[in-house]
Amino acid sequence: MSVFVIRRLLQSALVVLVMSLLVFVGVNVVGDPVEMLVNPEADQAEIARVVQSFGLDRPLYEQYGLFLLNAFKGNLGLSFVYGEPALKLIVQRIPATLELALAALLMAIMLGIPLGVFAGLRPDSKVSKTIMAGSILGFSLPTFWVGIMMIMVFAVMLGWLPSTGRGATVNVLGIDVSFLTWDGLAHLLMPALNLALFKISLVIRLSRAGTRETVLQDYIKFARAKGISNARVVLVHLLKNILIPVVTVIGLEFGGLIAFSVVTETVFAWPGMGKLIIDSIHSLDRPVVVAYLMIIVLVFVIINLVVDILYSILDPRVRLRDVKA
Amino acid sequence: MATVQQQLADFPVAEAGGRAQTPFQRFRADFFASRLATVSLYVLVAIILIAVFAPVISPTDPYNLATVTVLDARLPPGVKGSDGITFWLGSDGAGRDLLSAIFYGLRISLGVGVISGLVAVCIGCVVGLTAAYFGGRTDSVIMRIVDIQLSFPAILVALVLLAILGKGVDKIIIALVVAQWAYYARTVRASALVERNKEYVEAAKCLALGHRRILFRHILPNCLPPLIVVATLQTAHAISLEATLSFLGVGLPITEPSLGLLIANGFEYMLSEKYWISFFPGVALLVAIVSINLVGDQLRDILNPRLQR
Amino acid sequence: MAGTGPTLRVEGLRTHFFTNDGIVKAVDDVSFAVDRGQTLGLVGESGCGKTVTGFSVLGLVDPPGRVTDGRILFNGEDLLTAGEERLRSLRGNRIAMIFQDPMMTLNPVLRIETQMVETVLAHQDVDRDTARQMARDAMGKVGIPSPDERLHAYPHQFSGGMRQRVAIAIAFINKPDLIIADEPTTALDVTIQGQILFEAQKLCRETGTALIWITHDLAVVAGLANHICVMYAGRIVEEGRLDDVLDWPIHPYTRGLLNSVPSQKKSGERLEQIPGMTPSPLNLPPGCAFKTRCPRADHVCDAEPELREAVPGRRIRCFHPHTQGTP
Repeated sequence: MSVFVIRRLLQSALVVLVMSLLVFVGVNVVGDPVEMLVNPEADQAEIARVVQSFGLDRPLYEQYGLFLLNAFKGNLGLSFVYGEPALKLIVQRIPATLELALAALLMAIMLGIPLGVFAGLRPDSKVSKTIMAGSILGFSLPTFWVGIMMIMVFAVMLGWLPSTGRGATVNVLGIDVSFLTWDGLAHLLMPALNLALFKISLVIRLSRAGTRETVLQDYIKFARAKGISNARVVLVHLLKNILIPVVTVIGLEFGGLIAFSVVTETVFAWPGMGKLIIDSIHSLDRPVVVAYLMIIVLVFVIINLVVDILYSILDPRVRLRDVKA
Repeated sequence: MATVQQQLADFPVAEAGGRAQTPFQRFRADFFASRLATVSLYVLVAIILIAVFAPVISPTDPYNLATVTVLDARLPPGVKGSDGITFWLGSDGAGRDLLSAIFYGLRISLGVGVISGLVAVCIGCVVGLTAAYFGGRTDSVIMRIVDIQLSFPAILVALVLLAILGKGVDKIIIALVVAQWAYYARTVRASALVERNKEYVEAAKCLALGHRRILFRHILPNCLPPLIVVATLQTAHAISLEATLSFLGVGLPITEPSLGLLIANGFEYMLSEKYWISFFPGVALLVAIVSINLVGDQLRDILNPRLQR
Repeated sequence: MAGTGPTLRVEGLRTHFFTNDGIVKAVDDVSFAVDRGQTLGLVGESGCGKTVTGFSVLGLVDPPGRVTDGRILFNGEDLLTAGEERLRSLRGNRIAMIFQDPMMTLNPVLRIETQMVETVLAHQDVDRDTARQMARDAMGKVGIPSPDERLHAYPHQFSGGMRQRVAIAIAFINKPDLIIADEPTTALDVTIQGQILFEAQKLCRETGTALIWITHDLAVVAGLANHICVMYAGRIVEEGRLDDVLDWPIHPYTRGLLNSVPSQKKSGERLEQIPGMTPSPLNLPPGCAFKTRCPRADHVCDAEPELREAVPGRRIRCFHPHTQGTP
């Protein structure tokens, strides 16, 4: 197990290094680093200061070292718009995005798995066919348009839910969260559902396919032949088997949720890092864009790592393979 | 003896014998066996025709400044405008006929999706074939890159590129190509790996044919079925992605009003209940994506060797 | 427990599958009985309906399949009219089943212990520790060394033979009255086959459990069963005491089956075979289903033969039985 974790950790570190190199190349070779890092309205002295601090006058490999060093120290430049360290701006926005993504993830699991398992167990029933038609639609509907339509219907026409913002937040352990107040929950519901829609469809499909495949297995029939209750056959024998691929995909898709929160946050004016990056792209606030890139790479690598480890805990066969290897 | 022959006559042999079809005929019959897929295909063909002939069939030219007037702005669906032309789907904030704008928007959306798809297919084919054919180090390096790229969502990759490159038709095509090529590379490599080990490739090698000839004339044609399926579904994805990016304001410039931009334009009128400006372009986008997806699903079902009876 | 009568009596069982391509009569008018402590061999080629017969008894036929007719009397109780909950309480408790492929029967993601203990807990009002103890004992009985350790393992850590032993242990854990063993040795090596046969036989003798042993391999039943039923295309074509049937097969199909076993012949002698293959169950010929492959078939066979007692104690379904001449 520990060999497994260490190997995955090393791989992850390598990916971060490679991606930082790519971002570095993107900033320093494809674009003009001075333009990327210095406010267009800055004077000569400011430019000289930045050139100096990022070592832009030195050879490329030294620059890359410095870039890494600075990144490690959390120094990715000052935001042109806010005048604050770019990294700090992003980090401040992370909780809002994470809350939104986690809420969407929860919705995808709580709605997707039961619906998918049901559709898999009774593939010919009307309800199942409706579920599957819904999931095809969920796959095809562009997130942003659904978001707009949701605002139109639930906020503008019916007036049930607020259309923008996070609502009242509660500070827990230094982090503001929305889900602990009614107002916050009302604000969270629509964006989270909007973000979750695609993933719900995905989870439904995966659970259904997994269920249909698993119910045909001998071990399910054997479990039934043992006379254990149907509930136990479905909830233990079936579910534990289909959870492996579903959890893997859900885990990997968590990154997708964070990426797609860019869209949802823009539609619902949710103050997370996705909205920040879009605003920053529009206002040409490049240090923030670069900082976002580095953070997102890190987030993705961590997600992949956690999924791999979770996977090995859930599936005893993976563990064994690794011990043998 | 007679009994054995009877046996044979009872069995699948009879079926195969009775069906003297070419592969294409069988493919066509299989495809049209599903009514949903048939309807989707017709809808898709209609959409493509609309996109191609948009300038001919549109009631008005929505980008001719001489005919568009702000007096007609934000008219609800079915109302006659100042020129006596009926705005069947209403008009947008600048007084353009929404139906015509949607026809033109489809043209841009489909165009960007298809062109970026074609370029990505070409790149993906070359990379995937190279990896599969040469194997070893080449393969592992290429696939490592593909894996890393695929661990990031396409929207993120495209967003990052556009953040560096800026807006523009060429820029968004580049972004969509970069976001997609890895899918094609992986698909082509997977099927090429299977083909590479078959006898006919050995035979071609023994004839001392050049690498390029073996790759493109012998292996590639056999990798086409999965590639066609992935390309169909990816095109729908690319169209949706372009619309999303344009909506976010990082994709196409205002001079190239794709469906995504039309929806974005209507967003500001949302709160005053002028739903149609965002709603109808969204429906058009949805119909296009759903029909491509359904056609793709059906193609996958009939081209998947695992499901073949 | 019902006093008299056989443990299981099946009468006129019909299980049909209603597929899009037509009705498959997987089991068509099958009758047999097994007594306490006895072993019935159910023999036939693959696809002849042996397994479906087993599932019908357990009430585990899945759609599009359905038992359409007949009676299944278990200790005198008709299982076809019993409710699902009653059936569930019998399955794994009074009637257990062992499946063909041991690599597939155990759930790969659950520990052996979980899979054994749940079988006990589903039927007996005991606490978890007692159930665990019973699982340990059952493992010991089927000859699995160091059961304590093995209980914590996952199926993939076991060999095929060991997994089948676990499956047998699960089948015996609640001391059932009847066990249906569906080709439990087919997927195993020959040496392991012998061991498994031995274990199953020993346990049945000890507990008085009735056993239905489904197989395509006459050599396996030869050393095991008291009574055999030979099935062909969903029907029983010959039924009788094991020794009688093996000594003098009356039905041409049984004869063909016996003749295609190599050990029956001297070396160098040409092996006889049954020509052709089992007809498609969707497309059975009218009349006797075996007539297309039968050396004795003639126009009479276009009518459907009834199951009749040709010789005392022997029932067959044939117009041209080998009742005279050499065995």
